[in-house]
Amino acid sequence: MEQNIWIYIFVMAAVSYLIRMTPLALIRREITNKYLRSFLFYVPYATLAVMTFPAIMEATQSPIAGLLALLAGIVLAWKGRSLFQVAVLCCAVVFVVELLPIF
Amino acid sequence: MKTENKTYFQHGMRDGCPIALGYFAVAFTLGIAAKNAGLSAVQALVASMLNNASAGEYAGFSLIAAGSTYLETAIMTLVVNARYLLMSCSLSQKLKPETPLRHRMTIAFDVTDEIFGICVAQPGYLNPWYAYGAIAVAIPGWAFGTYFGVIMGNVLPTRVVSALSVGLYGMFLAIIIPPARKNKVIAGLVAAGFAASFLANRLPLLSGMSAGLKTIMLTVALALLAAVLFPTDSVSNEEKKEEVS
Repeated sequence: MEQNIWIYIFVMAAVSYLIRMTPLALIRREITNKYLRSFLFYVPYATLAVMTFPAIMEATQSPIAGLLALLAGIVLAWKGRSLFQVAVLCCAVVFVVELLPIF
Repeated sequence: MKTENKTYFQHGMRDGCPIALGYFAVAFTLGIAAKNAGLSAVQALVASMLNNASAGEYAGFSLIAAGSTYLETAIMTLVVNARYLLMSCSLSQKLKPETPLRHRMTIAFDVTDEIFGICVAQPGYLNPWYAYGAIAVAIPGWAFGTYFGVIMGNVLPTRVVSALSVGLYGMFLAIIIPPARKNKVIAGLVAAGFAASFLANRLPLLSGMSAGLKTIMLTVALALLAAVLFPTDSVSNEEKKEEVS
């Protein structure tokens, strides 16, 4: 079945906006349920971790380059470097590693 | 615009500039993902203007590429962007209780990791015009970065595209690793996420599932497990510290 990309974009935009708008518009007090708070608190870490590995190894021409970019990114992020610096380093690692003839 | 609001708007623009630059570079790699998913440059531009979500858009594009259903895309967007729900909850505490609905609804448009970060770092209550100033420079950086990613992705050599396509993962690492360093539960959660995702690609029962569904299921399962085993009050502590300082 042929799907329309504009509808996907609209669906994504509507959901993204509702997620952000609903709490701001409705909640004027703190959420108190600690399990709900905890779940919401952990979600981004779980989802970003799941999305990063092993996908980073499939995004590059050589899986080793992706793996090395992952390790380099973890080290730099661990040192508290900015989002921009970490992203650039990962790109640079892949670029350099894929220049090497052995890969 | 009142003079006071104008000042806040200008401060917001000033603080939004480094964010916009970073966004441009990262969105460029997102544009490459958009192109691979079959989006035109204009579609990618509109998607970024309306969504303002790196991981959410990336997930959406991969579902588009896989020809998933609209419902799957909606659920995936909900799950991947669930953190914005938490941020908006937190940000609602940062606004004066009498802040009118129109301001609440406008700020909501661009609650991102970074905009949220600089907004909660503001002393006292947040003036909405500060957020608007930052948003005014951040959104063009994000949207045009994606636009040029689609266009330039075509003319750049494979080697360069290959390198740029990990930029987004680098950004994800920059979001999850620093908190993992400070919090052992988050560190364990990230490690478990890597391992579970790696295994899910190999286990016969799970590997047949679509990538999106797999991410949804693993995310909910892991976050639920962490919430039950290690319920946290760290978010409220952060807010209390804000109030004291």
